[in-house]
Amino acid sequence: MVSKVAPLADAGWEPTHPSVPSVISVQNLVHRYENRTALNGVSFDVRSAELFGLLGPNGSGKTTLFRILSTLMIPTAGRAFVLGCDVAREASRLRNQIGVVFQAQSVDPKLTAYENLWHQGHLYGLRGGALKKRIQEILSRVGLADRGKERVETFSGGMQRRIELAKGLLHRPGVLLLDEPTTGLDPGARRDLWQYLQMLRDEEHVSVLVTTHLMEEAEKCDRLAIMNEGNLVALGTPAQLKTEIGGDVILLDAAKDAGSLAEQIRLHFHVAATVLGNQVRIERENGHHFVPDVVEALPGEIQAISVSKPSLEDVFIHRTGHKFWSESMDENSNSGEKRR
Amino acid sequence: MATQAASIPRATPQPSAGLVLPAFTLWWREVVRFYRQTTRVIGVLASPLVFWLVIGSGFGTSFRSGAGAGQEHYLDYFYPGALIMIILFTSIFTMMSVIEDRKEGFLLSVLVAPVPRSAIVLGKVLGGTTLAAIQGMIFLIFAPFAGVHLDPVKILLVGVVVFLVSFALTALGFAIAWPMDSTQAFHGIVNLFLIPLWLLSGALFPLSGASGWIRIIMRLNPLTYGVEGLRQLLYPGTPTSFPLSSDTATLVVFSLVMFAIAFLMANRRTTRPAA
Repeated sequence: MVSKVAPLADAGWEPTHPSVPSVISVQNLVHRYENRTALNGVSFDVRSAELFGLLGPNGSGKTTLFRILSTLMIPTAGRAFVLGCDVAREASRLRNQIGVVFQAQSVDPKLTAYENLWHQGHLYGLRGGALKKRIQEILSRVGLADRGKERVETFSGGMQRRIELAKGLLHRPGVLLLDEPTTGLDPGARRDLWQYLQMLRDEEHVSVLVTTHLMEEAEKCDRLAIMNEGNLVALGTPAQLKTEIGGDVILLDAAKDAGSLAEQIRLHFHVAATVLGNQVRIERENGHHFVPDVVEALPGEIQAISVSKPSLEDVFIHRTGHKFWSESMDENSNSGEKRR
Repeated sequence: MATQAASIPRATPQPSAGLVLPAFTLWWREVVRFYRQTTRVIGVLASPLVFWLVIGSGFGTSFRSGAGAGQEHYLDYFYPGALIMIILFTSIFTMMSVIEDRKEGFLLSVLVAPVPRSAIVLGKVLGGTTLAAIQGMIFLIFAPFAGVHLDPVKILLVGVVVFLVSFALTALGFAIAWPMDSTQAFHGIVNLFLIPLWLLSGALFPLSGASGWIRIIMRLNPLTYGVEGLRQLLYPGTPTSFPLSSDTATLVVFSLVMFAIAFLMANRRTTRPAA
């Protein structure tokens, strides 16, 4: 298992407001379920009015982390602060201040959009005319002002998500936590949702933490924490994380055996070569110069070859030594299968 | 639109939503969503009616009712038991929504709201109680066919007993449903535990006619006191084992104990996943 916990120095990140303290501070957080460790000492900070992404495959611990931050679970060890409140000890003080949007549907489909928000408002101590006004405001904000009287069960998936978002924002939280908010949405609805999150950050200075397992969504975040098997494997802006790879990513499809191909490449070129299923992966500057060399040096061994700029998936592979999607995370991760 | 002061990342203490408003809104939601599911309403009302007519008529002609004055037919004897059954069905199955809420995200969104757990229990339990009590009172429409003569005072007193039984059973349903993650398991408990509880409540056969150990169970069964209480109110002059006051007192204690259990169940903040 290549599970290196690299030093996560925030090299290159220039704080624009160095004096602004963290909105979320996760400090050496550990969470164990009965038979497995979901979080294995995770630490990071989220800054004010930042769109922060928590990227990781299923089972990486991001949902556990999300539940701890949203005051649903108490961590086994370590501490987490949101807006200066300890999530385990000051939950009741904190709950007024955070908006939470879960992956599972929390709107009641038997109620109308308006009724759902009316109910939600009561839970947060809003009532009467002020609540009524706020519901209209938030409904038009998510583009459903004229649909308030309709039952949510008649809405499309994208519209239901917007009501979820409206529920989370009704009480004007300073921090919004979203767990895989685009699950089950079509690409158009996905784009809308992300545009809305960016608008919240820019216009209302809401700090947003969002979990995702989608690379293209992670690209849209200001900063990212990449998780794998309960560990934080990378932290930084998407651009910064990608530049750390240095140069290009070269993928070789082995004609015979990927293991021996990798071995030969190591011998010939003295570079690190990772085996990923039937492929060998190399990170190298000026990849286009390397291609003819390697093909010439190892005739008949290579079936196909590709050179690309590093993606966030490459960052993940670089840090963990295995693919983002692998069938069995606990077994030998180098034999992970392609599932994309 | 509010501009949250982003430069002050410290939670300012705000008044919590309190107990009454969240409890009210959860109660309201429980009632509204029930009546928007027509099949549920019909099922809950129709099945005890069918039970009452089928079992009541069948038993009535097969066996001689052991009941005394004021109850000429078994159908009459069985009437209070059928009413308790409606309450049992409605209250218990209403609390199945706890499991459904947990499976979906609804319960999660309530748990992260600044709402005390007591408000969640109170709102949900009162919601189920309201539904069960309403269904039970609707069944009184058939009272004339069971040889019952109703007057306003009687209706009021029956209402009190119905409310107490509804509250206790709904709280029991809440306590059972809270830690569960599947409705199948819930059905299992209902069949194994709650249906026998009803069978041994004097609904089908009187305490006086039961054999030794069955009689002990029936005496310990809180539902017995609900059936007894209703029988005394509906058929004055029926020989009973306990006075009405001790029936009512038992039901009050039963309700309080059940609510306390429900409250304790909901208050365990765990390190396990909440859903």
